Amino acid sequence: MELQLAWRNIWRNPRRTVIIMIAVIIGVWTMVALTSLMRGIVNDMLENGISTLTGDIKLYASGYHNDPSIEYRIDDPNSVISKIAKTLPVDSKYAARVRVNAIASNARHSIGLTLVGIDPDQEKGVSFIGNGVVDGRMISEDDNNAIVIGQALLEKFETRIGRKLILMSQNSQNEIVSKAFKIVGVFRAKLASTEKQFVFVNKHSAQKMLGIGNGISEISVVINDHGKFEQTSQGIAEILKDSDIEVHTWKDLLPMLTAYMEIFNGFIVLWYLVVFVAMAFGIVNTMLMAVFERMREFGLLKALGMKPMLILRSVLIESGIILIMGAIAGNLLAFGSVMMIAATGIDLSALSSGFEYVGMSSVIYPEIFLKDVFLANVVVLILGLAVSTYPAVKASRITPVEAMAHT
Amino acid sequence: MPIVDVKGVEKVYQQGDIEVHALKDIYLSIAPGSFAAIAGPSGSGKTTLLNIIGGLDLPDHGEVVVDSRHFRKMNQSQLAELRLNRIGFVFQAYNLIPVLSAVENVEYVMLLQGVEKADRRKRAMAILDEVGLSEKYHNRPSELSGGQQQRVAVARAIVSNPAIVLADEPTANLDSKTGEALLQIMAEMNENRNVTFIFSTHDQMVMDYAHRLVLLRDGMIDDDQVK
Ligand SMILES: Nc1ncnc2c1ncn2[C@@H]1O[C@H](COP(=O)(O)OP(=O)(O)OP(=O)(O)O)[C@@H](O)[C@H]1O
Ligand SMILES: [Mg+2]
Repeated sequence: MELQLAWRNIWRNPRRTVIIMIAVIIGVWTMVALTSLMRGIVNDMLENGISTLTGDIKLYASGYHNDPSIEYRIDDPNSVISKIAKTLPVDSKYAARVRVNAIASNARHSIGLTLVGIDPDQEKGVSFIGNGVVDGRMISEDDNNAIVIGQALLEKFETRIGRKLILMSQNSQNEIVSKAFKIVGVFRAKLASTEKQFVFVNKHSAQKMLGIGNGISEISVVINDHGKFEQTSQGIAEILKDSDIEVHTWKDLLPMLTAYMEIFNGFIVLWYLVVFVAMAFGIVNTMLMAVFERMREFGLLKALGMKPMLILRSVLIESGIILIMGAIAGNLLAFGSVMMIAATGIDLSALSSGFEYVGMSSVIYPEIFLKDVFLANVVVLILGLAVSTYPAVKASRITPVEAMAHT
Repeated sequence: MPIVDVKGVEKVYQQGDIEVHALKDIYLSIAPGSFAAIAGPSGSGKTTLLNIIGGLDLPDHGEVVVDSRHFRKMNQSQLAELRLNRIGFVFQAYNLIPVLSAVENVEYVMLLQGVEKADRRKRAMAILDEVGLSEKYHNRPSELSGGQQQRVAVARAIVSNPAIVLADEPTANLDSKTGEALLQIMAEMNENRNVTFIFSTHDQMVMDYAHRLVLLRDGMIDDDQVK
């Protein structure tokens, strides 16, 4: 009977109820939809960052992180890998690479970039280069002179597949060495800067060119469940604590990204706050109006012997029902609109190419995280009820004598 | 022992800068089973006195005892409890919850009292039958005439098995025929159930029904006759 009474009271003034509900719907909708858009952006940045040869966890020879020269290298990568293999979660992947600064040049141009020696098979699922090339072919195990470069570099160098590219770097004796490679394939990355930054050759040919035997510069580990990176990196660090190897996570390798993620999180909280404050004013005002309109009734109920707590509760039940209905509708709208957007993604490329600068793709796919949905709903329901206590307390304090005077 | 005992009650209202002495040193004892009317001109303090007897308003001085309970020793919550279980109210107007039907309005007090659901419905219907509203169980107040609404209010006041029913000008908004019918119902309830009724009125016809007539003037008892 209580719920029935509350339900009927809610529809006594449908316009008012609808106004509160619209406030709640817009609140929940924008909270969930905008958060998922931001999550999409942040995750995209994270995926880009991790797949751009970073990985969740990266192992370096001590010193390499501060001075990325070939002098610091892991000479026996296989023994390191076999040591840490057991601590890695089941479906993790890793790739060992040679990585040096180099100068690439052809007849017309020259540019500083990063020469990466890879095992193409290992890169699958670890970095973007594992996805292969869009043009030509991928380097293979025994391609000694083959090189794969990015589309943007190809254009900048005004060259094409089949042409030569000279790479110059320092070898382990600090002598300048250079080698001519033949361009066999072209890769694409989400960011043009990545396409200009990296060129890929077979790991063995890089090792030979630099005179480093079996040595490599880094081992990159990708964990299927990104959430486990911290725990896993601690496990690895524990195993390798006596060796001359540094263990890093993407968090310290990509400090900008970490900072952006924190800013985004702060922004989400701020957004919740703004939406909520606007909504709270709507709720309090309309509920107060409703309470004052029904002053005589609350006075009557008090006279009949209804205790203030019960009156307070009945008002809270009413606003609770409105809040729940609004939240349900808001969630449905949010899921619907996010799903619609996620099907095609939002193309931001028209807005600016500046997004690339922060490592963002131009097409954003929003992602719904249940945690965020839960938070948005809790914020609306709990805080919504909390602000409704103000009109509810007002209602519970109305005395019969006052109510009768107020005709 | 009286069911209502008012001893030396004073009530002063502040109206801006002016103090209005709504009740001045009122002594009034009412025996159980009475059918008593409080009459007097407008502003003489009838509503104030009924509100104080009902525990809706507190006196500035003096003592009120209803059903052996001393109001001065009770807090708001205990007063609410007393009203719920021992006092029924019928007001001049706006007696009913507009979104509840007649039978639901009567049930609602029993819900507050904690009466079982099935029992509630049965008792509510029985009492509506008694006041002659068997046809109107499921009508909302807006679908009832003024006299029918007041009868629902009387039914609701009586259904909680109170010791007293306080009715502030229950017939003031009714024509004399409808008013008399309502009064007859109240008189029957008073006789059959031995419930004490105290009502205020302007109306000579209503005063004629009363077994006891208390006349107020300027917040004082001017006359008190038992018929
Ligand atoms: N809440 C209040 N605030 C200020 N003055 C009040 C209040 N209630 C009553 N009064 C004053 O107290 C006096 C008695 O009022 P009361 O309502 O008891 O009279 P009444 O006999 O019921 O009158 P009526 O026949 O018009 O209903 C009046 O002068 C009234 O103006
Ligand atoms: Mg009055």
